[in-house]
Amino acid sequence: MTSITSEPNSGTVRRVPDQTPPRRRSRVPKAPYAFVLPAVFLFVFSIAIPILYTAYLSLRTVKVEGLGLGPGARTEVWAGLENYAGTLTDRDFLSSVLRVLGYGLVVIPVMLGLALLFALLLDSVRVRARRFSRLVIFMPYAVPAVISSLLWGFLYLPAVSPFTYAADQVGVTLPQPMAPGLVLFGIANIAVWGGVGFNMIVLYTALRSIPTELYEAARIDGCSEVQIAWRIKVPIVIPSLIMTSVFGMITTLQVFAEPTVLRPLTNNISTSWSPLMMIYRDAFTRNDIYSASATSVVLAVATFVLSFGFLRLVQNRAFAQENR
Amino acid sequence: MSTATLPDRTTGTSGTARQRPSFVGTGLLVVGAVYCLVPVVWVFMASTKSSSELFSTFTYAPSGNLFSNISDLSSYRDGLFWRWMVNTALYAGVGAGLSTVVSAMAGYAMAKFRFPGRGVLFNVLLAGVLVPGVVLAVPQYLLFAKLGLTNTYWAVLLPSLISPYGIYLARIYVSAAVPDEVIEAARTDGAKDLRVFSSIVMPMMVPGLVTIFLFQFVAIWNNFMLPFVMLGDDKLFPVTVGLSGLLNQGSQQPAMYTLVITGALLSILPLLALFLLLQRFWQVDLAAGAVKS
Repeated sequence: MTSITSEPNSGTVRRVPDQTPPRRRSRVPKAPYAFVLPAVFLFVFSIAIPILYTAYLSLRTVKVEGLGLGPGARTEVWAGLENYAGTLTDRDFLSSVLRVLGYGLVVIPVMLGLALLFALLLDSVRVRARRFSRLVIFMPYAVPAVISSLLWGFLYLPAVSPFTYAADQVGVTLPQPMAPGLVLFGIANIAVWGGVGFNMIVLYTALRSIPTELYEAARIDGCSEVQIAWRIKVPIVIPSLIMTSVFGMITTLQVFAEPTVLRPLTNNISTSWSPLMMIYRDAFTRNDIYSASATSVVLAVATFVLSFGFLRLVQNRAFAQENR
Repeated sequence: MSTATLPDRTTGTSGTARQRPSFVGTGLLVVGAVYCLVPVVWVFMASTKSSSELFSTFTYAPSGNLFSNISDLSSYRDGLFWRWMVNTALYAGVGAGLSTVVSAMAGYAMAKFRFPGRGVLFNVLLAGVLVPGVVLAVPQYLLFAKLGLTNTYWAVLLPSLISPYGIYLARIYVSAAVPDEVIEAARTDGAKDLRVFSSIVMPMMVPGLVTIFLFQFVAIWNNFMLPFVMLGDDKLFPVTVGLSGLLNQGSQQPAMYTLVITGALLSILPLLALFLLLQRFWQVDLAAGAVKS
C-alpha cells in the first residue's frame, strides 16, 4: 500500500524545507487558503466555538432570588469550578463512568479479538466461504446503532428470543440479557455485532499489505498456518490493532444510542446509564445546562487524554508519519 | 493508490498454497457470518407478521402480512414515516456529498501546497479526529439554540459537513493518487487553481472520494444523538430518531411494535443495497498507514 506516503514525495517547485519560514512574502500562495477556508469555517463554527462556549457555560451558574419568579429573579453568575466539583463528586456520574469502563473492557477485547480472528481466517488460503463471510460479517456496519439496538432489543424479549425458545425445547432456562446484572452484556453484544465487521476489514486490509513471500519462506522453514498467523501476521498488524482500540475506546466512552433505544424495553437501564445519557438528562430533563456543560467538558477531556495518551503510550507509531 | 479495492488474494497456486481446506477455520467463519445474520434475517421474518402473531408464533416463521404492515406504516400520521426517510436521505446524502467536497478541497491544499499554518491546521484537525461526534452534540445544541438554529434542517446538516477524518483521508488520497507533475503540467498549460482542482484533481481521486462519501454517509446516518438533541418537531426527524420514538410509544400501544419493525426493515433496505453495490470501495487506509510505519 503506497497510500500513506502523504508528503509530496517528488515535489519540484513548492518544496520548502519544513522548519524554514518562506523567505519572500510575495511567494506565499493564496490558493491553499481559499481551499481550506470552508473546512476551517465549518471547523470553527461546528467544533471550536461549541467547545469554547460549553467551557464558558461550565464556569457559570444561575442564581435564584426569592422564589425564582418574575423577571430578574434568575441571573447567570460566575461559578468558578463549582460545576466541576459537582460533576466529579456526583455519584451518578462516577458510577456511569465505572459502568462504561467495565462495558469497554468487555466490548473492546471481544470485538477486536473476533475481528482479528475473522481477518486471519479471511486471509488464510485454507478457509472456504470467504467472500460470502466477509460480506455478511461486514454488513452490520450498514445498520445504524439505533436500528440494531431495536432489532436486538426485540430478540432479547423472552417471547421473541430464538435462544430462549431453543433452550426451552431442551428444558434449560437461559439468563435474560436485559436482567439487572446482565444488561451491560446485552448492550455490549449490540456494539460487538455492529463493530466486528468494520474492524475486521481494517485488519484484513493491513494483512493484505504483507508480502506473501514472507509466508512462503516460513512455510519452507516448516511453520504451520497457525504459527504463521501468530508469529508473523499478528505482530505486523499490531499498529492497526492499536488504532482500532483507540477508536473503540472513543466510541465506548460515548455510548448513547444503544442504551437509549433499549430503555423502553426494560426497567434496568437508568437515565444516567452512560455519561452521555447523564449529560442529556441534565441538559434537557433537568434544564441544568451548566452542570451538563461541565460534565461534557470532563468527558471530552477524558476522551482526548485517554486516546491521545494511549497513542503516546505506544510511541505514537500510528501517526508518526503524518504528525511531523 | 495502489489498491483501490480489496481483491481476493490471487493464490499463487504453488503447491504450498493449495493446502487442504481447514474445516475448523471455515466453521468459525461461517458461525461468525450466521451471528451477523441473526437480527437481519429476523427483521425480514418479523415484518411479515401481524401484531398478534409477533409474540405468539415462532420467531423465524414468516407470515403473510408484509404488505398490510407496509400500508399501515405508510398511513401512520399521513405518511410521516416516508417523510423521515426523505429527511434521512437529505441529512446523510446532501451532508455527505457537501462534506466530501469540503474534505477534498482541504485535503488537496494540505497535500500539495506548502503554506504557513499548514502544520498547525493539520494537527488541530487530527485532534478533531480524536474528539469526534456525539460528545459535541450537546455543545452544538447550546450554541445553535443561542443562534436560533435548533429545530431546523440546518441544525443537523451544518455540523455534519465538517469531517476531520474525511480531510485526513482526502489528504492521503491526493498525495498518493495525484502526482505533482500532472498538476504542474496543467498549470503550465495555463489552468487556474480552481480549474486544476475541479478538472484534474477531483477526477483522479474518485475512488477516494467515494470512500470518504461512504464513511461520512454512515457517520451521519449513525449519529443519533445530534438529531435527537437538536430536533423537536417530528416532521424533521431522520428515520432513526422517528423509529426510536415509535418504540417508546410501543410500551403503551404494542400495535406500534409492528410498525417499528416494518419501518426498521424498510429503512435498512436501501442502505444494504447501496452497501452491496459499493462494497468494493470500502478501504480503510488510516490503518494501512499504521502498518506502513
